[in-house]
Amino acid sequence: MLEAIDLECVRGERLLFRQLSFRVDAGTCMHIAGENGAGKTSLLRILCGLMTPAHGEVRWRGENVRRLREEYWQSLAYVGHLNGVKDDLSAVENVHFAAAIAGRSGSLARAREALAALGLAGFEDSLARSLSQGQRRRVALARLFLADAAPLWILDEPFTALDARGVAVLTRLIAAQLERGGCVVLTTHQEVPLPGHVLRLDLRVAEPVA
Amino acid sequence: MMRTIATVVRRDLLLAFRQRADVANTLLFFVVVVTMVPLGVGPELNTLRTIAPGIVWVAALLAAILSLNRLFANDYADGTLEQMLLAGEPLPVIVLAKAAAHWLVTGLPITGMAVLLAVMFDLDAASTVILIASLALGTPALSLIGAVGAALTLGLRGGGVLITLLVLPLYVPVLIFGAGAVETAAGGLSPQGHLLLLGAMSLGATVLAPWAIAAALRISLE
Repeated sequence: MLEAIDLECVRGERLLFRQLSFRVDAGTCMHIAGENGAGKTSLLRILCGLMTPAHGEVRWRGENVRRLREEYWQSLAYVGHLNGVKDDLSAVENVHFAAAIAGRSGSLARAREALAALGLAGFEDSLARSLSQGQRRRVALARLFLADAAPLWILDEPFTALDARGVAVLTRLIAAQLERGGCVVLTTHQEVPLPGHVLRLDLRVAEPVA
Repeated sequence: MMRTIATVVRRDLLLAFRQRADVANTLLFFVVVVTMVPLGVGPELNTLRTIAPGIVWVAALLAAILSLNRLFANDYADGTLEQMLLAGEPLPVIVLAKAAAHWLVTGLPITGMAVLLAVMFDLDAASTVILIASLALGTPALSLIGAVGAALTLGLRGGGVLITLLVLPLYVPVLIFGAGAVETAAGGLSPQGHLLLLGAMSLGATVLAPWAIAAALRISLE
């Protein structure tokens, strides 16, 4: 479903990777590993279409994502390094507005259901500024619960700040996504047992370009 | 599309309400700048009456610029802007809604407050009506043009000064026709032409600015 063809990424003076090609099929989870600075986040941002690669292209169902644009983003759910959670909105408002702006249907009741699934029952109406780091991460991940119609999930370090129960919940969400025939691309430093068929891609820290 | 616009406007108004102090600061700034002028120029009524529309318009420009960094900076910092860029709805629609919400919390109250300030400068009823009409027609252009500057300077060091330098020259036509409307009427001519041009600028900005804002945001978030 998702194809990377001959990708090359340059950040500042550094060539992060080149001639990177891979394919992620339906029902597959791809784990991108590598040290800090290896270009994991850059690769994810390129896959999302937030960043333009120096060379190469990303294809979704055979078409370049830069041409598909909104059509591609409708099938994509991205949880980045930043949570995308507004301090001055309550947990449920955050989930609800995020889903509505992303163009996904979802009532307030569904948003509450999503928060309950992430173990935030009782915190729905608390302002996000009063939540802990791990709880905000859960609010961000609650978006995935409403994105069950999106066949592609791209997750940047989704397990950071989560406790053991949070990790278990997220692993279940990922497993359900793979069972539906969706795909998941994620980065993580934790040794989390990922469900289903896992592809592993190792990025190495690049030498500076001479 | 209308649903997205309604959602984004509702979200931004709710956020503005929760951060009331920020919004109030802009309006307070507007009032303070306007009230400073009689103290500097002296209480000569005829002079004040002549310069009032110009003062109100300049203060409105400055207040608009002051409020611009609020438009995208917070969403950029917490990652919600990134999510908007990856939305299934076209980005120009989303940013148009954001600019509309910005106008509702700055341009609209400024227009309302100008009624009181007109009394302070002893403007007659006819001039006040024209001043209010010019503000109502012109301030949407300020929010939209300003949003392009805000999007371009997003995440830059010293973006606050840069945005002023970038946006103020673009505000000049709005200022000329806005302040000019009242003066033309005072000179016995019809202000209609000025008001129509202001409306045209706002409409033009409504059509064109969202594309420029969307493109600028994509560049800033690379």
